[in-house]
Amino acid sequence: MSTNSSTTNILTVRNLYGRIEGQQVVEDVSFDVPDTGVTALLGRNGVGKTSTIKSILGLIDRSGEVTLGGRRVDRLPTHKVVQLGVGYVPEDREVFGKLTVAENLKLAERSAHPNRALVEELFPDLVQRQAQLAGTLSGGQQQMVSVARALLNQNRLLLVDEPTKGLSPKIVGEVAQALLAAAKTVPILLVEQNLQVIRQLADRVVVLSGGRVVFTGEATELLDDPERIQRYLGVHSGSERSSAGQTDATVRA
Amino acid sequence: MSTIVLLLITGLGLGALYFLVASGLSLIYGLMGVLNFAHGSFLTIGAFIGWEVARRLSDGSWWALAAAMLTGAVVGALVAAATEFFLIRRLYNRHIEQVLVTVGLALASVALFEGIWGTDPTYVTSPSWLGQTTEILGARIPNNRFMLIVVAVLVLAAIVLFLKFTRYGLIIRAGVENRLMVTALGIDVRRAFTLVFAIGGAAAGLGGVLASIYYGYVSAHIGGSLLIFAFIVTVIGGLGSLAGAAIASVLVAVLQQFANFYLGGTGDLAVVLALAAVLLLRPRGLLGAKA
Repeated sequence: MSTNSSTTNILTVRNLYGRIEGQQVVEDVSFDVPDTGVTALLGRNGVGKTSTIKSILGLIDRSGEVTLGGRRVDRLPTHKVVQLGVGYVPEDREVFGKLTVAENLKLAERSAHPNRALVEELFPDLVQRQAQLAGTLSGGQQQMVSVARALLNQNRLLLVDEPTKGLSPKIVGEVAQALLAAAKTVPILLVEQNLQVIRQLADRVVVLSGGRVVFTGEATELLDDPERIQRYLGVHSGSERSSAGQTDATVRA
Repeated sequence: MSTIVLLLITGLGLGALYFLVASGLSLIYGLMGVLNFAHGSFLTIGAFIGWEVARRLSDGSWWALAAAMLTGAVVGALVAAATEFFLIRRLYNRHIEQVLVTVGLALASVALFEGIWGTDPTYVTSPSWLGQTTEILGARIPNNRFMLIVVAVLVLAAIVLFLKFTRYGLIIRAGVENRLMVTALGIDVRRAFTLVFAIGGAAAGLGGVLASIYYGYVSAHIGGSLLIFAFIVTVIGGLGSLAGAAIASVLVAVLQQFANFYLGGTGDLAVVLALAAVLLLRPRGLLGAKA
């Protein structure tokens, strides 16, 4: 379970269990996230990746041990975990549709000196749309708002849940570039279904199956092994389509 | 014509009262999903304490009335904030328990008020101008209706400005949409919960003092009777919508006045039928969010 010995871990998860309305959705999950680069959390559809992220943040009932930078956070409420330096980009964006773009970003600012310059550089389109209600933005623009909210603050870790889901190829590229830029300064735990994006971003992978971790290692160990991809993710890495009907580069999360 | 003007303006005055109660109910439900059946108690305690202060200062003077209104708002805010902090906070997402606790608090508080101030109405004295009338288009309008309307408009404007231009206002507006995501941005949304209870309690406490002017008395049941209509207003306006509450307050009160006058005192029935119609045709209310 340990990662590269030359790095330390910003996040350690041990024996994590998560429940939604009494139903077990995360079961005895343990893994580490090093303090640099991108760690991808992968697995087939419904395996508990999003629930694992939510368990780490305390957005669902959880038990187990979660340590951020050496400090136990599994008993802290969500807002305190985030205040310790965790940025969160949720699945389905979850922007506040009745607030303007500027208000969405303002709400996310946790310090007196937010990193607005970075956000404006990565997402110039948002600057033009500051006064627009976020609910009227396209899916790609909403995702930019969602990512921008996380990048505004000096974080120690980003939890990014399916940032390219439902986006056009052009926007997927822009979001991936933004995350690549962010990864230079902050470690990222990424849930992603697009193998091309995973190949582009991820240094390491953690694979879940049946709510448990079944593989941890360098991203290339998995991505260069078609048999493992088929076994763990249910897709072929070649040109044929998976049994679920996705293209070769897509894993349903 | 004069009758219509009279009914319209008195309806607006009654609507102002409904709004002062419904605004808090709507904000509380919108942000926290709590149906607060104890909200009428904030109104009643505000009315009683407000008028205790006025009586001791200078009964019937304007400045005593101002002191009563201020006291009513402060007491309402404090009692509401304490209710949230000590009772409701432990019960978020436990809706059955919330209903039981707030209904229990409402019943217990009525008994407490009756124990302190008695079961008979306590008649209040207000500045003489408020007991007079002003003629508009042939209709003689009780002056206190004008004060109710002006105060309700000021309260609406204050709440709107607060929601629009303050950090906590932003948090509350975002929390009404998605409070889990607000916490995921590192914001302690529980403070906003307490603040919203306090704002709602202040409006209700202020409404209690104004209700005692409207009715001419304070009683232990004044909050409960207004609460029923405030709930109807909140549902018709759309749970969580302040603008919806304001519009529905006026519509419900005006409908009630007209039905009482033209349909033989059937105002309450007309309001309930309007509620049923809204629930059947537009369950989310006039301005409520889509499910």
